[in-house]
Amino acid sequence: MAETGRVAGRDWAVEKDLGARSSRVVDGLRAYRMITAMWIRSTMAYRASFLMTTFGNFVATALDFVAVLLMFSRVDELGGYTLPQIAFLYGLSSTAFGLADLAVGSMEKLGRRVRDGTLDTLMVRPAPVLAQMAADQFGLRRLGRVTQGVLVLGYALATVDIDWTWAKVLLMPVMLVSGAAIFCAVFVAGASFQFVAQDAAEVQNAFTYGGTTLLQYPPTLFATELVRGVTFVLPLAFVNWVPATYVLGMPLPLGLPGWAAFLPPLVAAACCALAGLAWRAGLRSYRSTGS
Amino acid sequence: MKGAFAVDSAFIELDRVEKVFDVHRKTGFMRRELRRVRAVDSISFTVARGEMVGYIGPNGAGKSTTIKMLTGILTPSGGRLRVAGIDPSRERTRLAHRIGVVFGQRTTLWWDLPLLDSYRLMHRMYRIPDARYRENLDRLVELLELGDLLDVPVRQLSLGQRMRGDIVAALLHDPEVLYLDEPTIGLDVVSKGKVREFLRELNAEHGTTVLLTTHDLQDIEQLCSRVMVIDHGRLMYDGPLTGLHEVGDSERILVVDLERELPPIEAPAPARVVKVDGPRQWLAFPAAASAAPLVARIAAEYPLVDLSVREPDIEAVIAKMLHSLGDTTDPPSERATA
Ligand SMILES: Nc1ncnc2c1ncn2[C@@H]1O[C@H](COP(=O)(O)OP(=O)(O)OP(=O)(O)O)[C@@H](O)[C@H]1O
Ligand SMILES: [Mg+2]
Repeated sequence: MAETGRVAGRDWAVEKDLGARSSRVVDGLRAYRMITAMWIRSTMAYRASFLMTTFGNFVATALDFVAVLLMFSRVDELGGYTLPQIAFLYGLSSTAFGLADLAVGSMEKLGRRVRDGTLDTLMVRPAPVLAQMAADQFGLRRLGRVTQGVLVLGYALATVDIDWTWAKVLLMPVMLVSGAAIFCAVFVAGASFQFVAQDAAEVQNAFTYGGTTLLQYPPTLFATELVRGVTFVLPLAFVNWVPATYVLGMPLPLGLPGWAAFLPPLVAAACCALAGLAWRAGLRSYRSTGS
Repeated sequence: MKGAFAVDSAFIELDRVEKVFDVHRKTGFMRRELRRVRAVDSISFTVARGEMVGYIGPNGAGKSTTIKMLTGILTPSGGRLRVAGIDPSRERTRLAHRIGVVFGQRTTLWWDLPLLDSYRLMHRMYRIPDARYRENLDRLVELLELGDLLDVPVRQLSLGQRMRGDIVAALLHDPEVLYLDEPTIGLDVVSKGKVREFLRELNAEHGTTVLLTTHDLQDIEQLCSRVMVIDHGRLMYDGPLTGLHEVGDSERILVVDLERELPPIEAPAPARVVKVDGPRQWLAFPAAASAAPLVARIAAEYPLVDLSVREPDIEAVIAKMLHSLGDTTDPPSERATA
């Protein structure tokens, strides 16, 4: 009995070993899917509580747009943009960020796990730590922010004046996906920084939550240096400013040429690659704790 | 394909493995001192498939650090390390399928979720075949008496329940090696007994290789035929537990209750009376020697009412052993001011 058990165990070991050789990306997505599914199931067990927190999330984020509406009760234009145009910028930024926050927002808790050494437990499991960390405590309530962004974007599309071309239509989904990817990269890069400075969550928030608030307003409101910074250094401008001004038929920020509006996918890919490298370096520097 | 299967006689293999931590300490305004802590200092050993080995030593000796290197959590600063032919830090996820880890100090389960949810996730994450998963879960849950607790969130479990839950989680995927870092810490006598009995069976019936650290000598006595002692990151002893007593000259204590108060018992050397309190007397004798002849002699010559034997505790044994090996140095650390 013990003998057969051992033989079978060994065969399975071969299988396990082969199974463990699939690509990291595939492995990561698989683990991410499984862990988020588990959290969603557990969230849904308390449906009323889920609905309430999601609604709370919706209201809290929608207050930002209420602020914009209040401003427009006094003025007709802000930095040369009308309310529907600003709603367009706002909706894009808010939706892209909301998607990223939903997908990998849990990463910001990395610092705590590094400090107390509980990252150890993720490292002994057969799945990439990045995927496990991103899916940890998956907060479905963050759909509240996404919903809010989508509603504002819907309002903008219904009221704004756009000369639609096929290129502009195509640019809409591309913009949202690339924007979400850029914000994901910022989340991951920020988390990687927390390997070195465990209290850096605040710094990360400045770039994520701060970034999305910035992008909700037109670039013409801000100093050129700041716009340059978020275009060439931390390229958040490619989430909406650059492509959206093109769609709206407004001048692109910094006098960029029209084709720059089609760069977001490339910028997003570059950001994700850099964030991935930062993550690897951070994880390599992890040294656990003494107890 | 690199050797996925190591030779059975060196299933775990360490060759002059080192781990150095750089610790920065503030010593004043803008002054920081860099201290190098050699947590593991040139350790070499091999463990054969199916062995059950105790890894012991005083606090800060480097036990947990060694286990973290064996799981791939930490990258060694030097030396060569292989588990099942795999370099842990380079192929951590691949190795994860083949090892199980239990940290006594922290759980690998999902804190806010019921036990069963954690297990279900492991089932899929480790790609455990369905039949095998059900079989293992049923068997482990029964052996560790967790049946009533599967629906309870992990944070509501007591320490002993959680520890058993962690052991199940570490074994669902039939690992070939099980590392346990202080698995009996904080458990009561009954729970400790259950965990030990379970581990003994696991090792005997499934041939699982077990490496465990502990501060409880009884864990080692009841489970491990081989023990390794480390101190200040260096391997000081590797052999059977009885040998440890010999090296350390440690002594056991025989406590005898006589019918009445008597002068100290005249015991055959090297046994000797170390304390007398009314009718009760304490005799020290070498730990490696049998107590039987001594007991027989006393029973024959004195009015014996009751007796018991006290084992030396592990810290005392280790302290004596380290002392007899002439190790009285401070932690070997180099300093440099940055
Ligand atoms: N992450 C870390 N950073 C800095 N120093 C560390 C770290 N982890 C361990 N050390 C140091 O390395 C040495 C060995 O620690 P380790 O945790 O391996 O000891 P241990 O044998 O497990 O002790 P215990 O019995 O107390 O658990 C200690 O001096 C400790 O301070
Ligand atoms: Mg330890």
